[in-house]
Amino acid sequence: MNTIGALAGVVIKEMYRRKDFYVLFVLTALITIAAGMVNFFHDPKIVRYVKDICMLLIWISALLIAIVTTARQIPAERESRTIFPLLAKPVTRGQFILGKFFGCWLATGMALLVFYVFFAIITGSREQHWPWLTYLQAIWLQWAMLAVVIALSLCGSIISAAPSSTTTICFIAVAGILLVGGHLNTVALHQSQPLQTIFYTIYFLIPHLEWFDIRDRMIYDWGLVNWLDCVLATLYAAAYTGLFLLLTWLGFRRKSLNT
Amino acid sequence: MKASPYLVLALALTVCFTLATGIEPRAATWSNRSKSDNVFSVLFGDGRRLFANQFFTMADVYFHSGYYPSIFDSSEHESAVVAASQGQTGNEEEEKKEDFLGRPKDWIDRFGRHFRITQHIHLEHGNEREILPWLRLAADMDPQKIETYTVGSYFMRQHLNQPREAEAFLREGLRNNPNSCEILFELGRLYDENDHDTGRARNVWQLALLKWSKLDPEAAKENKLVFEAITVHLARLERDAGNWQQAIDWFQAAQKVSPDPNALQQQIDEIKKKMAAQTNAPAAAPH
Repeated sequence: MNTIGALAGVVIKEMYRRKDFYVLFVLTALITIAAGMVNFFHDPKIVRYVKDICMLLIWISALLIAIVTTARQIPAERESRTIFPLLAKPVTRGQFILGKFFGCWLATGMALLVFYVFFAIITGSREQHWPWLTYLQAIWLQWAMLAVVIALSLCGSIISAAPSSTTTICFIAVAGILLVGGHLNTVALHQSQPLQTIFYTIYFLIPHLEWFDIRDRMIYDWGLVNWLDCVLATLYAAAYTGLFLLLTWLGFRRKSLNT
Repeated sequence: MKASPYLVLALALTVCFTLATGIEPRAATWSNRSKSDNVFSVLFGDGRRLFANQFFTMADVYFHSGYYPSIFDSSEHESAVVAASQGQTGNEEEEKKEDFLGRPKDWIDRFGRHFRITQHIHLEHGNEREILPWLRLAADMDPQKIETYTVGSYFMRQHLNQPREAEAFLREGLRNNPNSCEILFELGRLYDENDHDTGRARNVWQLALLKWSKLDPEAAKENKLVFEAITVHLARLERDAGNWQQAIDWFQAAQKVSPDPNALQQQIDEIKKKMAAQTNAPAAAPH
């Protein structure tokens, strides 16, 4: 456990030394503040569009941070050859994978926390109310979803040597699932065989990341999701995360480390 | 003698500047772009109309508090903001039609709905203000989209108690669409219902009718509901002012295009009864 913690700590330090997070946060803050300063028909109470823009930017930024940070972990260790002294110590390949995963996940969670604090300050200052439990649910569900994304990216970084290709493929896959994943069953209904079976198979195989997107509930003030549903969704995310980590370990344990 | 490169550069810059001052005013007339074009039309050209439609749809999404069909949901969804601005209120059958989700198709769909918005509501109690940013953007993207102005004005004057902002928005729409009878009709409603300035409302509606009469036959046919709305409002205005005969004339004009002429006939009959009672009253008085 200490080994995994130490490896995770290195990843977290790396994240706050790099500029990715700061650039994305400043961009999000600037765009949100600029949008919030626009005066529409002299009505200062209009707020939902600001929430909408800010949440969209938070989701894009969090996905970018998660995927980009994860995709470069193993290739960077191999390229700089730091992976050899690391694995020569009593660190198993499984511990290495878990350390990288937890490091990326915790680092993304910390970034997410900063983004949500900013969101709460901006929207709360206009709405004059802070639905903390809704924020908590939103951040937890998004973080659980990011665990799946990070595990998927880690798995991708084993298959593809270049971080750029892993990043691109993962981003397309995640965006595809978020935008279309929940509608594949509807699309399948209008297809003839064998396309219908193919669409249904994909629909039941993919992790349904769109469940974890409760932005609309926050923006339109629909209140809390049932806590039991949150727990079930978390278990669902944990299952897929475990599956992807297992696949990563299976791929990594026999992989040649020479570049 | 060899010229210094700095002098040559300075000469080149001077020539450029001189030519620019001469050519620029002429170049402005080469394209058809008017000076009133905003930054969006310069950046996107006609492509901005696509964005305008999207922003107008976003206003409708906000009006439904997020409960809105995606491109994958088969639903003949009519814009509720437009319907509301035209005074149409949804009945139970229409509410059912709005249930585009239907029954859950599988366990993934069923569980996923716990995280989605699955209830059909419309914004109320002043929250209608949330649609305004999207209407503002839609108007900036496509100043010729008339619905944007009429819908925006309706919500501002009817639900948000902002008649002056509504008037300014309509005036902006009128500057961009000087021949729009719909915008003039909405402006007349603002003067009549919010300002209670019947004289001004009458003038604006009569101007709206003049604009409608100048439409080509095809456009006039498409806009006959606008004609009906204008004439009916003029008729009511004259009826309330006690100008019975003019009210009857306007109602009769409306009957020609109305889908329900009998309802208008009832109103004409009521006015005729009042006219008869008025003419009989002085005759009966000496007895």
